[in-house]
Amino acid sequence: MKAATLPVQRPRDARLLVVDADGRLAAHERADLPELLAAGDLVVANDAATLPASLSGRHLPSGATIELRLAGRTAAGAPDEAQRFSAVVFGAGDFRMRTEDRPVPPPLAPGDRLDLGPLEAEVLRTLGHPRLVEVRFAGDADAVHAGIARHGRPVQYAHLAEPLALWDVWTRIAGPPVAFEPPSAGFALDWQGLRALRGRGARFATLTHAAGLSSTGDPALDARLPFDEPYFVPAATAAAIAQARAGGGRVVAIGTTVVRALEHAASRHMGRVPPGQGLAMQKIGPTTRLQVVDVLLSGTHEPGTSHYELLRAFTDDAALLRADAALEREQYRTHEFGDSVWIEQRIALKTWRRTPALAAA
Amino acid sequence: MNTPLTPRTPLRVAVTGGTSGLGLALVEAFAARGDAVAFVARHGDAVAKVARRIAGSHGIVGDIARKDDAHAIALQVGAALGSLDVLVNNASSLGPVPLALLADTECEDFEAALATNLVGPFRLTKALLGLLAGAAREGAAVGTRPVVLNVSSDAAVTPYAGWGAYGASKAALAHLSRIWNEELGPHGIAVVAVDPGDMDTPLHALAVPDADPATLKRPGDAAREIVARIDRERAAAGARDPA
Repeated sequence: MKAATLPVQRPRDARLLVVDADGRLAAHERADLPELLAAGDLVVANDAATLPASLSGRHLPSGATIELRLAGRTAAGAPDEAQRFSAVVFGAGDFRMRTEDRPVPPPLAPGDRLDLGPLEAEVLRTLGHPRLVEVRFAGDADAVHAGIARHGRPVQYAHLAEPLALWDVWTRIAGPPVAFEPPSAGFALDWQGLRALRGRGARFATLTHAAGLSSTGDPALDARLPFDEPYFVPAATAAAIAQARAGGGRVVAIGTTVVRALEHAASRHMGRVPPGQGLAMQKIGPTTRLQVVDVLLSGTHEPGTSHYELLRAFTDDAALLRADAALEREQYRTHEFGDSVWIEQRIALKTWRRTPALAAA
Repeated sequence: MNTPLTPRTPLRVAVTGGTSGLGLALVEAFAARGDAVAFVARHGDAVAKVARRIAGSHGIVGDIARKDDAHAIALQVGAALGSLDVLVNNASSLGPVPLALLADTECEDFEAALATNLVGPFRLTKALLGLLAGAAREGAAVGTRPVVLNVSSDAAVTPYAGWGAYGASKAALAHLSRIWNEELGPHGIAVVAVDPGDMDTPLHALAVPDADPATLKRPGDAAREIVARIDRERAAAGARDPA
């Protein structure tokens, strides 16, 4: 595979590798995506908008230049929910330097104050790693959001030639600003596609999942990814899922965050997805029994990453190896702005995986 | 007696140009009935003052004419409200002040009017479409739909000499609204352009400095009419199954 180096969400020549329910491969244009849908299918996407989570500034006790990368919220439901975040701290340098090569930040201790443009923050504690901290911003919720909106930059990627602007990382359906990196599988969607989807008798729904950082450049931290990620399933989406399943339609997840959210909700409710909030904590891999999602549309991922492990819940390793070989041979583009894969859950896996759920229902 | 059976669910509303004239009156009108309102204006001091005065309102500093501000504004609207039922694109630019004949209008002044009155509302609507579409899917079950209301003018219809930059930009905004409405209707979102009439506002005073305020509509009256129109559009029959 090769890196996609231009931040174009829907290049005209985007490709789509299909791994069907029998593990067979087929090459498609991604523009043909609606044609893979049938009447009764339900497409579920993550409508989280991406925060400009990279904040540059200074660590006041040492005077050192730092980058604070917001990674998650740490105080859901608390009065200071809007002010408190987990964050990964980097030393001087910018996105042109690979994260692996960035200098380490100064030692961080509770009480340290950080000057981040219009924002002021205080380190509350480290979170089991010297570079992973909980911070609290000064000011009310509106002031914190204004500061992040004005001063923050999207998390940048070394494989892109130009810095990303906020509009580069918002999907066409971006709504609540809760993601820290873009739910990039959703780049494949546009309003023309949603119209075509309706034309085929399929339906569309969203959930909101606060996608976190995909990589920190630190092996000890990366091994802990993905962090726990909060999600919200609207009532209309819960109803649409129940309807699709009752009618024999497939649930097509746009992106791994949708799989994490739906399967987490189902694992807590006997295979059913209720409306409301949850906190996706599980890692999905080859031993996971999928209860809701039948098909995953995703970017291409390399073996060893948590994203790749999730693919192994859908199909067997032999099919994934054939897919990897095809992606490599045909020079598919990888990373956030790259080509896509459509992976259907193997029928063989589905049969034994679904049986206990049916028994439970 | 007209007592609703269930209490009205508060709306989540965004208003541009919310610190003076019609925009301020709209912020006051929505907030007075318990709706959550985020408003946008250019000047930090004025924004802070209105946000302090009107309980439950969220002030956002930004210039809708600037490309760089559109997503920053949308982010703050989403963070403050969580979703969006109503967007009022109210902020307007007169173009050249004092008003000028088209032949005397500097191209830069013409472009500035288009940036505020046409391109700005287009960009902001686009940046907020994800929130509006989410509200549409949720509202379909109870028969309501989100509404984008673009503030227009009779100058969009009648060719008044001296009102070229303003009139042309508002005419384009009105047509933009009709096309948005065609395209977004199937997704359960209504887009309308409304002429609030000649009002006693700072913008009108710039355009017609010697007008007698007594002959002009009060912004609060225009705001009440617009809120009523929005409520009608929200409940309008024909809201289709959104996707």
